[in-house]
Formats: sequence, C-alpha cells, structure tokens
Amino acid sequence: MSVLAVENLTVSFRTDAGWMNAVEDVSFEIGAQETLGIVGESGSGKSVTALSILGLHAAATTRIPKGAIRYGGQDLLRVPERAMRRIRGGEIAMIFQDPMSSLNPVLTVADQISETLMLHQGLTRAAARQKAIGLLDLVRIADAAHRVDAYPHQLSGGMRQRVMIAIAIACRPKLLIADEPTTALDVTVQAQILDLLRDLQGELGMSVVLISHDLGVIAEFARRVLVMYAGRVVESAPARTLFRAPMHPYTSGLLAAIPPLDHDVRRLPTIPGSIPDPSRRIAGCRFSPRCAEVEPGCRTAAPDLMTVGEGHLARCLPRLRGRAA
Amino acid sequence: MSGAIVSAQGLVKEFAAGNQVLRAVDGVTFDIAAGETLGLVGESGSGKSTTGRLLVGLVPVTSGAVRLFGETVTGPGGAARLARVRHRMQFVFQDPQGSLNPRMRVRDAIAEPLDIKGGVSRAERGERVAELLDRVGLPQASADRYPHEFSGGQRQRIGIARALALRPEFIVCDEPVSALDVSMQAQIVNLLLDLQERFGLGYLFIAHDLAVVRSMSRNIAVMYAGTIVEMASREALYAAPQHPYTQALLDVVPRPDPDRIRRPALAGEVPSMMNRPAGCPFAARCPRVQSLCRSETPLLRGIAPQHQAACHFV
Repeated sequence: MSVLAVENLTVSFRTDAGWMNAVEDVSFEIGAQETLGIVGESGSGKSVTALSILGLHAAATTRIPKGAIRYGGQDLLRVPERAMRRIRGGEIAMIFQDPMSSLNPVLTVADQISETLMLHQGLTRAAARQKAIGLLDLVRIADAAHRVDAYPHQLSGGMRQRVMIAIAIACRPKLLIADEPTTALDVTVQAQILDLLRDLQGELGMSVVLISHDLGVIAEFARRVLVMYAGRVVESAPARTLFRAPMHPYTSGLLAAIPPLDHDVRRLPTIPGSIPDPSRRIAGCRFSPRCAEVEPGCRTAAPDLMTVGEGHLARCLPRLRGRAA
Repeated sequence: MSGAIVSAQGLVKEFAAGNQVLRAVDGVTFDIAAGETLGLVGESGSGKSTTGRLLVGLVPVTSGAVRLFGETVTGPGGAARLARVRHRMQFVFQDPQGSLNPRMRVRDAIAEPLDIKGGVSRAERGERVAELLDRVGLPQASADRYPHEFSGGQRQRIGIARALALRPEFIVCDEPVSALDVSMQAQIVNLLLDLQERFGLGYLFIAHDLAVVRSMSRNIAVMYAGTIVEMASREALYAAPQHPYTQALLDVVPRPDPDRIRRPALAGEVPSMMNRPAGCPFAARCPRVQSLCRSETPLLRGIAPQHQAACHFV
C-alpha cells in the first residue's frame, strides 16, 4: 500500500529561452514506513521533484503540464492551496540542506517550533512551548528546556539541523522529505543526523524520501533508490540490487567516483563533464555526451525505461540490448 | 625534516572572545616537503582552517614559528621575510562562490594576482590566462564570462587557475571539495593531483572526510580541539589507525554498501575552546576513556615508524 505515488510528473520552468523541462516523466511510489533514496548530481531534478510534492514552486515561472501526485485519494497537483497548507508541514514535511537559511534568525527555537504547532494543531503558545521542549528531547538535543530559548546563531550546524527536524516532525507527518539534510555538515555530524532520522522513522512510523548526491549516504539509509539524471529517472532498484549490480553507466560512474577508504588509487575514476543546462537540447540519451559506453544509436533515440529484474528499471540502449521492454 | 618547504613549530593561536580567550590552535607541529601533501583532517572547530591560515600568514600566530622556504616568517622581522616569499604560496578556498568577485570576468579574476605583482605586458597576460584555463580544464571561452555562469565544480577550477597564476610552490587547499557533488569532487581531486605531478606543488589539504584525504595525501594529521591527535604516513594511518578519534572518523565515512552496519555515530561535538577541562581534549567523547584521561593531557609521541599518536592507551 503506497503512501504517495508520483505518476509521469513533468515540471517546466520559464527561462529566457522559453519553457524548459526540469523534470520529465518521473514516476515512483513510496510505501508505508519505507525509505526511498533519490540520487543525482546538482541539476538532476531531484529537488525539483521533491518541491513539486509539496507544491512549493513559484506559480508564475513553473508549469506542471503532465502528471499526478497521488496521496490519500487525491491528486496533490489539483488540491486547492488552502487544503495544501494543511497537508504541507502537517502530513508531509520537509527538511532542507541549509538549516541556517531555513530558520528565522530573529526568532528563538521555541518560537519557530511553536509556529507549526499553533498553526496545525491549534495549541496555545504555552502548550506549544512545552511540546517544543519535548520535541527537542526527541531529536536528542541535551538540555532542551534551556536550549529552547536559543537563537539559531547560538547553535552549531548539527544542532540547527536537529531543530529543523524537530519542526518537521512536530505534527507527526506520514511522509518526511529530507533534501540533502547532511551535505553541509561534517562527516561525524552527518552520521549523527542519519542515525537520528533512522531512529525517528522507527519511532514515528514515517515514510522518508532522502535526497542526496552521495550514494554512500543513500546506502546507509534507503531501501529503494531512484537515480536521476538531467530531469529523468535513469535507474530505479532495491538498494541491494542497485549497489551490487548497477545497470546504468551513470549509476556505475557515481559509484566509482566515491573515494575508496580501504585501498589507494592513483586517480579517482570520474564522469567527465557536468550535467547539461536544461536549455541545451540533447538528442537521444541525455547522458550520452558524458558516457564511456556511448554508441551511435544512443545519440539518435532516447532509450525507454525498461524492466531488468525484480523492481529494477533502467534506461540504457547498449547495456539493455536484447531485453524486451 | 630536511627538505621541508613548509614547517610549523608549536603553533598557537588565541582569539579574544569577549573577556575570555579562545585557543583555536594549541601547539601544532609538522613539516611539508616539496611536492608532497599533508592531509589535515578534523571536524568544524578542530582548528584545521586556522592552522592553514597561520601557515601562509593570513592570520598572525600567537606563539610558535612558521618557516617557509627556509625563512622564518614569524617573530621579529618576520613580516618582511613573509613579504619576500608570499608569492611562492597560495590559498584555495572551500567556497569559490564567496572567494571570486562576482563582477569580475574570469579572465580578470585569474589575472588579478599578476596585475597586483605588476610588470606583465598585455600580451603576456592574455597568454598566461589562456594557459591557465587550459591547465585546469576550462574552455578558452570561459575567459569572458562571469563566475555565476559556472557550476560549483567549474568555479573551483577558476579558483585553482587563479591560485596557479604566480606559479606557486605550495598551496593551502582549505576544504576545496567539501561543497561539491561526489562526481565533481573526484574531478577536482584528480586535477589537484595532476597539477602536483606536473609542477611539483606541495599541498596542505584540509578536509573533514578521511576518504577524500586518502586519495590526496602522502601524510595525514588528524586534528581535534586545536591539537594534532594522530599523525602518520598514509600507509600507516589507514592500515592501523591508533587514536580512538581517528577510528571514529574512519567509521563514519559513508560507504556504498547497504549491508554495512555502522556503529552509532560518535556523540557530541568538538568542545568549546574556552575553559578547556584538564586532560585529554577528546575524553568527553571517547569510548575508551579512563580516569587518567581526565587528569593528564596525553602528548603526541612516536608509536611506530612514521606514526605518532596522542593517547595514553596506544
């Protein structure tokens, strides 16, 4: 039973050169208490996808010409803004990469957590403050009764991310979207935050979408993984399958680029170049300009997403040759 | 060590914080030889970036000595000697966005060190920019564009090109890949290795991730709360890490293996550098702490060839 299903989502942005698809034909499901990892480089469309779930795009410069986001019997793309406001932050919550810019610098931690509780649960200020202290305890902030009166700048980066998590889980959401929640943090604090998210997921029974550019982080956490490139899903598989037997050359490239800890290499394997600007039209497979296994056919026809195994889909002409769609 | 181009001797840096004193760096000693890399690893607040800044004179030392290319650049007369060797070293920052002037074209950003030094003709300047773009793998057309038109990885290439402009022999790289995607990290690490091989550059490579450091460094120093807690050759450190902090840092590096069960992360954070308790700075977080650790500060001592650690129990 899925909590949320994204179907053929396409998102376009207005640019100087006209409307460009930042996300194209993306589909996936998230089951109850499941963790889905979405991985890709900057510009792959992973954050745009997440923001679409919450309806957080700027209306004037964004269009969603195609697709549906099924949640609790409704399509979130067609829910009126008033109703969306109840869902956002209440049933579906999100945390971002940089807690410093998502927290209000002139409000205390108590004020910021209370805001959510007063809005969604109609608590009084005093009751919300008490609950805020409980939430800080829940995200393992020591001395919560004292820290609740701190301003964001008085907290470390890791602490601030814990506060963001406290705000996100304040209303016991069914789904938590974590967009690069550890990218700006030290590896030790990153590990603490991942441990915390895993514990909270168990305690609260949430589903989690974890977005990261780092397959190492994804491996720690996700049961299923979606690999995105230039706005499209290029591979999707159960985590174990993806890491043991990656099918798309982009997935292989991302895995190989992780610096090894247990042996020395003279140079790291790299994926040459970078993700193309969405305004650049690429014929055929979008990864073909950077792909080591490219063939002439890759540059003419865009490959379809094909089933390669149990719950395993990939989009690559040379590697999937001979398999039926 | 003879042959060292950079040498830090008992570096101490204190900052005033209100009416208290914050000791950010507390007795750091190391050498870097020509063409070699020392990786300096630790969490935020460990003092690793301050150490990098002390080394090139971006912040003055409170005590201790820095020797650069045979000149002692700290203490009496140090400023004049620093001015003489300053062009032989450079700095690459974590955030190329913040270190590049957004209103300066790439051509001018890269040539700025040449302009400041002076005595370079227009033709030479143009040639040098073209050569530098080529060295860092940027297309020639980049010269007329502005920093915001580039991705994070490309901006870091611009920062590196600028650092190379005066043909330095030593570069402090302060978390140059920490803000980049994994795929871009690998490209920049390889670029730095290529440049080192080609120009015989020495690096101080500062990072918080022991995996990235392994691919870059000949020797590695692990910093905690202003002190070096372990220092070793790459072979020795990764084969047999001794300090509990080093072991914890290795354990938290994310690995692409969904079946790996990591131990719970080290709790807490680097302690405040004000009012430091007696004893080992790591005692409060150490899984192997004993009562001795809370009373006596362990000193960095040799425990094997090319291997030092500051722990009572190694």
